[in-house]
Amino acid sequence: MRKFKENLPGYIFLLLALSSISALALITGFIVVRGAPIITDVGLKEFVFGMSWAPSLGEYGIFPMIIGTVSVALGAGLIGVPIGICCSIFLSEFAPPVITTIFRPAIQLLAGIPSVVYGFWGLIFIVPFIRDYLGGPGLSILAASIILAIMILPTVISISEVSLLALPKQYKEGALALGLTHWQTIRFVMLPAAKSGIVAAVILGIGRAIGETMAVIMIVGNAVAMPESILDPVRTLTTNIGIEMGYATGVHQEALFATGIVLFIVIMILNATAQYITRKKSKK
Amino acid sequence: MKKYKILPLILLALLLSACGGGSRTGIVVAGSTSVQPYAEYLAEEYEKIFPGAHVEISGGGSSVGVNAVESGVADIGMSSRSLKDYEDHLWSVEIAKDGLAIIINPSNPIDNLTRGQICAIYSGEVTNWSELGGNDARIHVMAREEGSGTRSQFTELVMGNIRITPKAIVQNSNGAIKQLVTNDPYSIGFISLGVVDESVKAIKIDGVAASIENVRNRRYSLYRPFLFITKEEPEGKVKDYIDFVLSDIGKQLLISEGLIP
Repeated sequence: MRKFKENLPGYIFLLLALSSISALALITGFIVVRGAPIITDVGLKEFVFGMSWAPSLGEYGIFPMIIGTVSVALGAGLIGVPIGICCSIFLSEFAPPVITTIFRPAIQLLAGIPSVVYGFWGLIFIVPFIRDYLGGPGLSILAASIILAIMILPTVISISEVSLLALPKQYKEGALALGLTHWQTIRFVMLPAAKSGIVAAVILGIGRAIGETMAVIMIVGNAVAMPESILDPVRTLTTNIGIEMGYATGVHQEALFATGIVLFIVIMILNATAQYITRKKSKK
Repeated sequence: MKKYKILPLILLALLLSACGGGSRTGIVVAGSTSVQPYAEYLAEEYEKIFPGAHVEISGGGSSVGVNAVESGVADIGMSSRSLKDYEDHLWSVEIAKDGLAIIINPSNPIDNLTRGQICAIYSGEVTNWSELGGNDARIHVMAREEGSGTRSQFTELVMGNIRITPKAIVQNSNGAIKQLVTNDPYSIGFISLGVVDESVKAIKIDGVAASIENVRNRRYSLYRPFLFITKEEPEGKVKDYIDFVLSDIGKQLLISEGLIP
């Protein structure tokens, strides 16, 4: 009994910790139970590679949305990753301490802006700009990519900065001692050494872009068609759930859960890859 | 030692009982988000006139309204579309009509389209305003999402069996469509006539202006019923409330909000 009393806090914490894990189990179980029947009804191949989404006519194909998700995330990566990595190099190597103390919290703040605000800002500034100067309806892959690029910056910057700062001092000192310039040291010693951390940062950033919903709903146009250019509207997997869940009932609702399953699998694969890469590095 | 094993169970029981409680005393109304603002307004006035009465309104969409009545979750369901054949066993009453306005940007020179032309635009057959006598610019088609009562009514009234093009931009509220059409000079959208204002241009259909007057005398062909649905012939407090909505006071309130009783 006494032993139990001593361990009591441990049990309480265990219980609370279990509740967070059980939330994961509950959510996973729920979306699988609700979404799996429609996938088996429609057929996995027809569901994933089907070109037409018209729940009112009984057509459930999400391939255009998979393409939409991929193109938006890719666009966000193309814009956001180079900026993010350069910013992290600047912060860890070039910036004087005064600037770092301003920069770092500012970037953290970027992560704290609610996504609906990003979406609204995109709708008011980015969308009209694209419509007026580049053409198309403005609501487009490009608009969503730009907004998502800004949204993934904090993730990309902070993780790659940490992995650059975590490098042993000797790397840099040794390289400089051998006569390499500062830039050569960064380019040929530090970046390769921090590669796995930076790759993980990119993957987690892309994962964030794929999972984002609210901001994307507002600026991506949500058209369920194959895009022909980056100025065309698309629908992503997340926005499909977000935009239709309000009115969905019955089979339509199941199809949205099934969309959730596909999204879940994509994000799981990405996160697992990121973890695998970082773990491989720490083993070394 | 052993007795502590039931601790999680006790916690769970507490949690469940906390979620459960509370008996319902008011009238629960759920359904179409198009009807919702008017229902809320009516409920407010009803509670003012009959203190003690309590009407609880929630959205969800026309189909949700029908389901909620069927399963007994709500006393009254709101629908912005006519009942489908398989829903016919429910009791329903039309509380008002709402026009469906086809809206374009005020800068667009076009102000009249035929129903066939609108259908051609929404099916993706006509893609440039110049084909309709307007400027040479691509038409940006805006539609509501699958499941929306406004979309299903638009499909029924304008499209028939023809499909809305998948290239149409989809937004999930009247407000979002209006906002986009306000800003995009080449867009076209459809929204409830009740929410049309001077920021957009409601075009004439077959020469008939989209106005309350024209819906009432049935010259304007795009309108839809706003229904209250109950499982069975209403009685008691539900009947009192519906009677209030259908009374002259209720009608006046709806007219003042831009609907057509």
